[in-house]
Amino acid sequence: MKYGRLILGVLLVCIMAGAAFASEDVIRIGVYLPLTGQMAFGGQLELDGVKMAHEAVPEVLGKKVELIVIDNKSDKVEAANAMQRLIEKEKVHAVIGTYGSSLAMAGGEISEKAGIPVMGTSCTNPLVTQGKKYYFRACFIDPFQGAAAAQYVFDNGSKKAAMLLDVASDYCVGLGKFFEDQFKKLGGELVTTLNYQSGDQDFTAQLTEIISKNPDVLFIPSYFAEGAIIIKQAKELGAKFMIMGGDAMDNPEMVKIGGEAIEGFAFTTFPYDPSMPEMSELQAQFTEAWKAKYPDKDSNANSALGYDSYMLVIDAMKRAGSADPEAVTKALAETKDFPGVTGSTTMNATHDAEKPVGIKKIEGGKQVFVGTVMPNL
Amino acid sequence: MSLAMFVQHFFNALTLGSLYSLIAIGYTMVYGILRLINFAHGDIFMLGAYFVFFGTIAFKLPWLPAVLLAVAASSFAGILVDRIAYRPLRDAPRISALISSIGVSFFIQNLAIVLFTGIPRPVQQPKILTGIMQFGAVRILPLTLVVPTISFVLVLGLLWIVNKTKPGLAMRAISKDIETTRLMGVSVDKIIALTFGLGSALAAASGIMWALRYPQVHPLMGSFPGFKAFIAAVLGGIGSIQGAMVGGLLLGFIEIMIVAFLPALSGYKDAFAFVLLIIILLVKPTGLMGEKLEEKV
Amino acid sequence: MKRTTRNALCNLLLLAAGAALLLWVDRTFDRYVVQVLNLIAINTILALSLNLIYGFTGMFSLGHAGFMAVGAYVSSLLILPQAQKQTIYILKPLIWPLSVLQAPFFVAVLLGGLAAALFAILISVPVLRLGGDYLGIATLGFAEIIRVVANNIVPITNGALGLKGIPSYANLWWTYGWCALAVIFIARLVQSNTGNVLKAIRDDEVAAKAMGIDVFKYKVISFTVGGFFAGIGGALLASLLTTIDPKMFTFMLTFNVLMIVVAGGLGSITGSVLSGAVITVLLEWLRFVENPVTIGGFTIPGVPGMRMVVFSLALLCIILFRREGIMGMREWSWDMLFRGRTRGGEAR
Repeated sequence: MKYGRLILGVLLVCIMAGAAFASEDVIRIGVYLPLTGQMAFGGQLELDGVKMAHEAVPEVLGKKVELIVIDNKSDKVEAANAMQRLIEKEKVHAVIGTYGSSLAMAGGEISEKAGIPVMGTSCTNPLVTQGKKYYFRACFIDPFQGAAAAQYVFDNGSKKAAMLLDVASDYCVGLGKFFEDQFKKLGGELVTTLNYQSGDQDFTAQLTEIISKNPDVLFIPSYFAEGAIIIKQAKELGAKFMIMGGDAMDNPEMVKIGGEAIEGFAFTTFPYDPSMPEMSELQAQFTEAWKAKYPDKDSNANSALGYDSYMLVIDAMKRAGSADPEAVTKALAETKDFPGVTGSTTMNATHDAEKPVGIKKIEGGKQVFVGTVMPNL
Repeated sequence: MSLAMFVQHFFNALTLGSLYSLIAIGYTMVYGILRLINFAHGDIFMLGAYFVFFGTIAFKLPWLPAVLLAVAASSFAGILVDRIAYRPLRDAPRISALISSIGVSFFIQNLAIVLFTGIPRPVQQPKILTGIMQFGAVRILPLTLVVPTISFVLVLGLLWIVNKTKPGLAMRAISKDIETTRLMGVSVDKIIALTFGLGSALAAASGIMWALRYPQVHPLMGSFPGFKAFIAAVLGGIGSIQGAMVGGLLLGFIEIMIVAFLPALSGYKDAFAFVLLIIILLVKPTGLMGEKLEEKV
Repeated sequence: MKRTTRNALCNLLLLAAGAALLLWVDRTFDRYVVQVLNLIAINTILALSLNLIYGFTGMFSLGHAGFMAVGAYVSSLLILPQAQKQTIYILKPLIWPLSVLQAPFFVAVLLGGLAAALFAILISVPVLRLGGDYLGIATLGFAEIIRVVANNIVPITNGALGLKGIPSYANLWWTYGWCALAVIFIARLVQSNTGNVLKAIRDDEVAAKAMGIDVFKYKVISFTVGGFFAGIGGALLASLLTTIDPKMFTFMLTFNVLMIVVAGGLGSITGSVLSGAVITVLLEWLRFVENPVTIGGFTIPGVPGMRMVVFSLALLCIILFRREGIMGMREWSWDMLFRGRTRGGEAR
């Protein structure tokens, strides 16, 4: 009886397989991003950027580039499946993605076995590319970002810090740890660390405790939806200290949810923003192109990273002179001073893009780019 | 801990607890009458919040009509859910209806993701609710006083309906013995639809209050508060309307006070409710104020 | 030939044919198909374990994700290479002796299952006194508590960062080997005297008690065996995916398993096996609902999230229109094949 089921399964899968076949006159680039689920807000922004880049450069090596987009649903099992399908069924030459480090790690195991190069968009956890030959990323990593946040608040006069961390978020606990390490190294004091779990909406108990410890700064490396509510509740409880966050706070909706309460809030992010005072030519071009394509949405760092990820892959294909995965992988590893919207990109030994960390602040209800920080590690 | 801090924690707990109470009342009402744990309650709660969001932001309605419309629409949704997913299972084993309600819950959640996307949306708060009252170091939100008042009024109203009106009498009869009630000439399906309508209206009302306190709506916003409120209902004695109110407040106080006195355990905050649930189920399954459930043989 | 001899022979033949088929599949198909086939085996193990608890013993348990988490963590910690353990624990180092313990894959999975079984015994003592929906909620509560605890005990579980780079030993041989073991063991169990007692408890607990049956003892047995196989399923899933974290083990996971059991038929092993395959393939196939489809020049845009809508709708339809699932309580047997007519099966 067991085998009846097996045959049935095989048959069904074969029917599915018939739907897709690879042809040689196009170059197929897979995109796996969270378009639904908890991380959908980030995935959708990045997809906008990837699509825009694809429209700008629809061909490479004289062949058309085809984008195959698969939703990884903010879920690790789905992310592994999505990667599996891109490689096995869609026969992609390279993959772009994803937002969310845990998703990238699940997909990375698959691409590593298959030997297909992947360009991570904003998966900032150090473990994503660790020991991987084929996984790269267009963003900096959390130890770097956490250190930059610590450097920034310390240089601005904060000597006592508190943290409020989501214990169920890998991103949050990782970034918190790197902030703590650097802040202590600089000579600051961490007065208290409190926790909550994703999905919780009431932080008043934790915040009341934190306020009683009277820190100079509160570091909350949360996702923006929770972050905005934390800041709002902190202000309602009379918090006077500065509040600092990470790149997951970089979202246009942030201001709408937080309202007046998030005035003065600062966060680290990728070094691109439409409000940047000094833009490179490329950044100006991107901003213009964005306005033309999405007049009712602001351009943002995540979309810029999606854009850069696509361009990095195309650049590597050009330099390799082929779309062969091994050759592209080799070319990607040799990427040096590639001009991107989020700054110049050089792949280091661990396949992370070395670029400065941007700092943004909410002023007058708008996100304002303050400058960049290179932490002293 | 200073006195001011304790008072602050007290009011934090009052706000959270009274929100739990509000959701729990609707939960307990449906359970009390049908003995059905309505997993979809938290999702009707979410729908209510979304309806208000659309009413005020997309259609620019003033607050009061938006809220009334949202409550009516959610109430209708609840009746629809009962008609489609629960009524055909009245004679089936009780667990079938429970599984059906889990299915409905996932269905509404995922449909909401498809229709409204998974992105959290900001809710605009009316001006009168944003002012903060300050007494020394203690800061109190208007909602902290508004929500318990609403809960209290709703409890009184429901008790009146259940104990003093004809439909209420029928509801109580159904909870004792559905078949006999049918034989007595009561239109059982109508009364149950009314129960779901009322329960869903309560869910929507609490969803709206929740969205005012934590000003955003998203498709999964109902699942956590739903679980917590269910626990509150069990704590107070499931089926007992007064019990749900007390249970909700108690749960809010326990959650806040454990973090207040043992900050090191703050990461476990979400587990407290479940631990409490299991303890209550083992020690006093009827809850603090519940009637004794008789095992039918 | 005697019936029993014939059936035993047939079973052996079937196993051999299955092994040959696996060998062929493993060599012929690509990794995606193999991945789906592996998931089918794991989902079948999980469904069987829940069916034993709920379908055969009548205990409505929603704690499967918890058992799976225990199995997955225990076995993964035993197969993770030491060097990997040192690199991934970036928040706090892994405590001794876990940091140095190593076990072969089979032993690790077995220990994962045993740990889950132990856990099942521990919680069964308090919760199995409850019945019906209360039991469901209490077991759901335990599963949630496990998840919260897994997030917080960082020196053991690595908290939210989870475990990465788990060696992917789980191949078709392991998953289908364990799956066959689960089918045989649970089929034997429910056909045995113990199985009859379990079914008696399901059908009428009070009557069973009146017959002098130690209801509690048998419930604990069923719950523990179910927990054991859920732990095995979790351990295999961890090695198949090579990465786990507490966020994986939510109520959603339990819901998927419940769906398979209900669709297959409560109290039918054949049903669970069939629907384990059907639902797993359906879930994969439904991905197409979310992709843009082009039919004769028209492009229907993909709707993100539609997959779970269809999936939950399917569960609703089953529970509303075909509550007994694919098989009801019937079982497939060789007798059916040879006599050419349907029999009620022993499950009744």
